[in-house]
Amino acid sequence: MNTIIFRTVSPVLVALTLLFSAFVTLRGHNEPGGGFIGGLIAASAFALYGLSHGVPTVRRALRFHPMEIAGFGLLLAGGAGLLSIVFARPFLTGLWTFPSVLGVEVALSTPLFFDLGVYFVVTGTMTSIALALEAREGGV
Amino acid sequence: MPASTTAPTWILIALAAPFLAALVAPVLHRFAGRAAAWILAVVPFAAFLGFVSLVGEVAGGARLTTGLDWWPSYGVRFSVLVDGLSLAFALLVTGIGTLIVLYAGGYMKGHPQAGRFLSFMLLFMGAMLGLVLADDGITLFVMWEATSITSFLLIGFDHSRARARRAALQALVITGAGGLCLLAAVILIGGATGTRTLSEVVMTGDQIRASTLYLPIFLLVLGAAFTKSAQVPLHVWLPNAMEAPTPVSAYLHSATMVKAGVYLLMRLHPVLGGTPEWTTVLPIAGGATLIVGTLMAVRQTDLKLMLAQTTVASLGLLVLLVGVSTDAAIVGAVGYLLAHAFFKGALFMVAGTIDHEAGTRDVTKLGGLRTLMPVTFASALVAAVSMAGLPPMIGFVAKEALYLGLDDAGRWGLVVAAVVGNALMFVIGFAIALKPFLGPEVHTPKHAHEGPIELILGPIVLGAVGLGAALLLHGFAETLILPMAGAVAGRPVTADLHLIPTYVSMPLILSLATIGLGVLAYRSLSTLRASVDGVVRAVGWGPDRGFDQIVAGIVASAGAIVRIVQPGRLELYMAMVLGFVAVTIIAPMVLFDEGPSWPGVPAMRLTEVAVIGIAVAGLAAVLVAKTRLTAIVSLGIQGFAVAVLFVLFGAPDLAFTQFMVETLSVVILALVLTRLSLGERDHRPFRQKFWDGVVAGSVGLGFMLLLLKVTQAPFDRTLTDFYDAYSRTIAHGRNVVNVIIVDFRGLDTLGEIAVVMITGLAILALVRVKARAPILPTPEKGKRP
Repeated sequence: MNTIIFRTVSPVLVALTLLFSAFVTLRGHNEPGGGFIGGLIAASAFALYGLSHGVPTVRRALRFHPMEIAGFGLLLAGGAGLLSIVFARPFLTGLWTFPSVLGVEVALSTPLFFDLGVYFVVTGTMTSIALALEAREGGV
Repeated sequence: MPASTTAPTWILIALAAPFLAALVAPVLHRFAGRAAAWILAVVPFAAFLGFVSLVGEVAGGARLTTGLDWWPSYGVRFSVLVDGLSLAFALLVTGIGTLIVLYAGGYMKGHPQAGRFLSFMLLFMGAMLGLVLADDGITLFVMWEATSITSFLLIGFDHSRARARRAALQALVITGAGGLCLLAAVILIGGATGTRTLSEVVMTGDQIRASTLYLPIFLLVLGAAFTKSAQVPLHVWLPNAMEAPTPVSAYLHSATMVKAGVYLLMRLHPVLGGTPEWTTVLPIAGGATLIVGTLMAVRQTDLKLMLAQTTVASLGLLVLLVGVSTDAAIVGAVGYLLAHAFFKGALFMVAGTIDHEAGTRDVTKLGGLRTLMPVTFASALVAAVSMAGLPPMIGFVAKEALYLGLDDAGRWGLVVAAVVGNALMFVIGFAIALKPFLGPEVHTPKHAHEGPIELILGPIVLGAVGLGAALLLHGFAETLILPMAGAVAGRPVTADLHLIPTYVSMPLILSLATIGLGVLAYRSLSTLRASVDGVVRAVGWGPDRGFDQIVAGIVASAGAIVRIVQPGRLELYMAMVLGFVAVTIIAPMVLFDEGPSWPGVPAMRLTEVAVIGIAVAGLAAVLVAKTRLTAIVSLGIQGFAVAVLFVLFGAPDLAFTQFMVETLSVVILALVLTRLSLGERDHRPFRQKFWDGVVAGSVGLGFMLLLLKVTQAPFDRTLTDFYDAYSRTIAHGRNVVNVIIVDFRGLDTLGEIAVVMITGLAILALVRVKARAPILPTPEKGKRP
């Protein structure tokens, strides 16, 4: 696997894949995509990077343990649901606002953050499994 | 019975106060040191004064209730009932509690965890106060369990000793089992009478006694009372509980908590009492406990264990008296209960003081302390006189009253048991009060001297109360004994209580017989001790051993069952799970003839045929693959082909996900292969391959049939139309699938991502496990690699 071609191409591929994962996640509300599939794409990118450059490199690049990313995602999704309490609505009721940023209408909503939470949970969990399996000895 | 009136609301504050005091106790102890106990003792003392102010009203026949809604949809209230019975108990809990908090402050002085100890004591006090004042059955149960748990914490306070840990666990297991009996009894009572409010339940005696539920309720209540109040053979935990520091023994395990069982019997006496079952089972169990307890007490040389065994005996006597169920016997029980709380609490504190100041509590290693500890000696003597049932103490009054009750009921077997038991208590009482103090001075581990004020205050006050109650008997009876007995009997009672006998009556003769027997036994105490000890050693088995055997048996059988259902072989787990899936899907179709009808082959486009062909080819490749890696990749081909089918039939989201899942599956499976160092090839024997194939084929067949069946049913468009209509308008999204995931069914998704994460953590843990050690220790194999 450790051919020079693979090692050279993979950082570019990984960057593109991560960008693609963000794109897929954000467009999910209107087009095919969403947090779950986006998370899987991101996880495959990290798995790929681990294969080409070794697990320690990926861990350094990530800064956080993948499980911490997953935990952050779960917190984000739950927090997005809890926000409705402030407006005296039932848990997880979608809240929408359409502020205008630089003359462009931006749709901000709690389902958006909920979906981002899903993205982080799936990314974190799948990445941590893949990295744990790729690591040669221990180092979980 | 009189109607209830509203109780003052400060009672609720008094109930909460010990818990709050428990919170601040450790901090307070850190800053105030020795003064902390004096400050904390204000809490129970204020409550005590409050309860004293209610005595007049309650003695006049009032029943006070108040409460807060707790769980209204189930009719559970946090409610309080103050009548003669609960008020007397509340006075004991707060009054002795005040003395005990002070005593604990002196006893634990300099102990690094003294603050925590005080905190636990106050927690217990709050729970016990809640128990005796509870009007709602569920509240009663919660407080009952709270006393068990705090008792567990206190017995195991010195948790670095294995004996203390075992005693704590044993007490928790036995009293906890009783607590469950109480919960079941409360629920059954609710079913039989339609109310769980005790003040209403006690009015429904005839209804419950006529009910078919009477016997189960009766047995469950006995289960609760006999475990808590240590009746033979469930008494084993109480002597073992002497592992706790002495303030605990004096407070929980003699004066208050162990009387909770007797309290329950007394509280429910108007409902359950008087039946043949009641008047048969209770006196027999109580009588047996009385005799066993006193004999075991004679055998001991440790002051605390002697007291613990006589506590068991006294609890037996109380159960016996409640079981006789006549008014006179109940008056005797009530009088004895109060007298016992005074003298036993005092004697425990004395034993603790001796232990604290002289360094041992073995009665054979003590002597001549009378000049060194004169105050302790005097208060021990006063308590022992009460315990022995001699005038001028309340113990004498109580014993006369209980003999009168037994004599009136004409139960001569019980009279003999009571006389023998009381004679032996006479022996123990004086053995504790005289042996350490008289005779020549003996060298003790510590240089003995009188205890500080905190330690000697309790015995002095309790002794004075025991004496005062007897001297002012008329007032004591009118304010406490008779109102309490009235609450137990369920109707006002009168009694002829006397300190000075006016004529030669049967009780007086029995008292004289008790004293005579006691003096004789005291003179031959060492012979008696040796013979009881010899018998116990000859038998060699006791309920304490039995407890260990039962626990060991439960653990062994649980292990055996786990080894059967969890043998630790992954192939078996997979085969079981998949096999059951197949059976659940296929069996109903076969049994109820509900299989799908065979569909005709639809017209297909060339692309569709090609994609299906690729899927089938991938599957075939899996089966014929030589190496595992080829098989995994071939499985991926099949999965990709299915994803393409999703694209062709207009499910891009599904297809997208399927592509990613297939990709990652191939990667992860390949990684697992290297990680587990599996062989390149699959070497299963043909026999296993065949059965694995059967399971796999059945699951595939089952799902095929299920899918056919589902697609053949008429399609209900209600949900589809709903989502189509509202996905844009109220959820601002055109992708219906995504809107369902993040908005319409968001709660499901939240649960699912939590599961994803937990599964990930579990997999991480599995990957970390290096050695392939068996999770369960298998005793047959012994050694581990």
